[in-house]
Amino acid sequence: MNEITSHPVTITEITEETPSVRTFRFDRKFEHTSGQFVMVWVPGVDEIPMALSSENSISVQKVGEATTALFALTEGDKIGIKGPLGKGFSKTGRILAIAGGIGAAPLRPLTVRGLAETFLLGARTDKELPFREELPQYTDLRIATDDGTAGHHGFVTELMDDLDLSLYDHICVCGPEIMMKGVLKKLTEAGCAEKGEFSLQRYMKCGVGICGSCCTDPHGLCVCKDGPVFRGDTLLESEFGQYARDATGRRQKI
Amino acid sequence: MVALKPGPVLVGGVELDNHLLLAAGVLGTTGSSLARVLSEGAGGVVTKSIGPEPKAGHHGPCVMVYEGAVLNAMGLPNPSEEFIGELGAVEGRPVVASVFGGNPEEFREVASWFKDRVRGIELNLSCPHAEGYGAAIGTDPAMVEACTRAVADLGVPVWVKLTPNVTDITEIGLAAERGGASAIVAINTVAAMRISTGLRRPVLGHGSGGLSGPAILPIAIKCVYDLYEACNIPIIGCGGVSSSEDVLEMMMAGASAVEIGSAVMDGRGIFRKIAKDLYSEDGQSPEEIVGCAHE
Repeated sequence: MNEITSHPVTITEITEETPSVRTFRFDRKFEHTSGQFVMVWVPGVDEIPMALSSENSISVQKVGEATTALFALTEGDKIGIKGPLGKGFSKTGRILAIAGGIGAAPLRPLTVRGLAETFLLGARTDKELPFREELPQYTDLRIATDDGTAGHHGFVTELMDDLDLSLYDHICVCGPEIMMKGVLKKLTEAGCAEKGEFSLQRYMKCGVGICGSCCTDPHGLCVCKDGPVFRGDTLLESEFGQYARDATGRRQKI
Repeated sequence: MVALKPGPVLVGGVELDNHLLLAAGVLGTTGSSLARVLSEGAGGVVTKSIGPEPKAGHHGPCVMVYEGAVLNAMGLPNPSEEFIGELGAVEGRPVVASVFGGNPEEFREVASWFKDRVRGIELNLSCPHAEGYGAAIGTDPAMVEACTRAVADLGVPVWVKLTPNVTDITEIGLAAERGGASAIVAINTVAAMRISTGLRRPVLGHGSGGLSGPAILPIAIKCVYDLYEACNIPIIGCGGVSSSEDVLEMMMAGASAVEIGSAVMDGRGIFRKIAKDLYSEDGQSPEEIVGCAHE
């Protein structure tokens, strides 16, 4: 039983990535594999799972109580970071990254190291594309927006049709589950579901594989410990894209 | 080293595949997770504690892990009656449903949902950090007796899980026995707290919580030993068990079976690993071991 506790860190810099996404940089580095996550403790509010967008930053979309409280913090404020936790993406071979909105955060570290050959990035609209200025330095970035204000007018999954998927060894995906479900469907049709690596988001209480709140059906896999990144063939015939459990453990449709 | 002869185990009216159960509150929120733990060698599983209403539990942080100890305050999150649907995945298997309530009527109501779907009911009268539930009523012998009786009247084996956070645990064990319990489970977590010196506040969102893991094994052994002296019903030892040696120690103190919780942190394979070390075809009969430290 090794110590897994929260490290107090000081926020050193806050950057606005998009109108709804901010990057919080802190004064301690966490060596990790892309796709691993940390439990972020906003003192007095809650502790929530969050991907690292670099060794010393998280990139956050304001969606609930804890993220709203995080957005109210300023440089110099302290938060707790527990991790890195879980298993991340593969980092060998030819990698295709596919992200929807802030799903780009866990894919950013491997991309800035030049490991993603191609990067498909989708968002609702032009202004909500995170990291779009920096990513082209490191990868062949292709964009899709729902409203057509940038790149392809449509879903990010449609950009897959222009690619020869057989050229890639790993297809690393993070974004809204409906979008990831669309990616898995295309991979399955192409006969290569096992190449897909999907980063799942589930309600988590402990983050260390003991409470069971993030266990998925039908294999009883813990998203926090067995994941959060799972291979596509593991997710076929599972709850993925269908339902997820809330804080009480009740199933909620996706 | 001492080894036990393998074979079916009957404890407190519940038939198990071996002496090693998954403890309540650990990996027990979903049927598929319980099924996985059984498939990895557990002789039985106890579900997450289910209560009369769905509960989201405490705000985080809910868990911190230290060397040899886990500190937690989950706050009894549970889906309530909807949990019935989870049991399909473990139908016919050695499952004990953990239930909680704020009074005897609530215990009885929740237990009645599960009574024909599981082999036994474990009463959580011991969670140290849920206001109005758990240890809040499990420290009162009259209340423990009444809650036990309310569920035992359903005609189902009732295990009563006790809190160590009392002056004399045998008083509570005897109350459970008077109420008609088939077995006692000892112990739940030990009330505990740590402070983050960097953030100048308790490390758990709830402030105080419960300690589990190897650090509490000596406390659990002492409680099991004392209960064995005082009570006549079987005892299931729980608290810090992480090796076959710990299992034997619990059994020599008086436990007829053990529950394992925090040790799953090092992998669910822990059940198979302990069983491999614990059992041998030429081993001793468990009856020769249980309580032998009292002779």
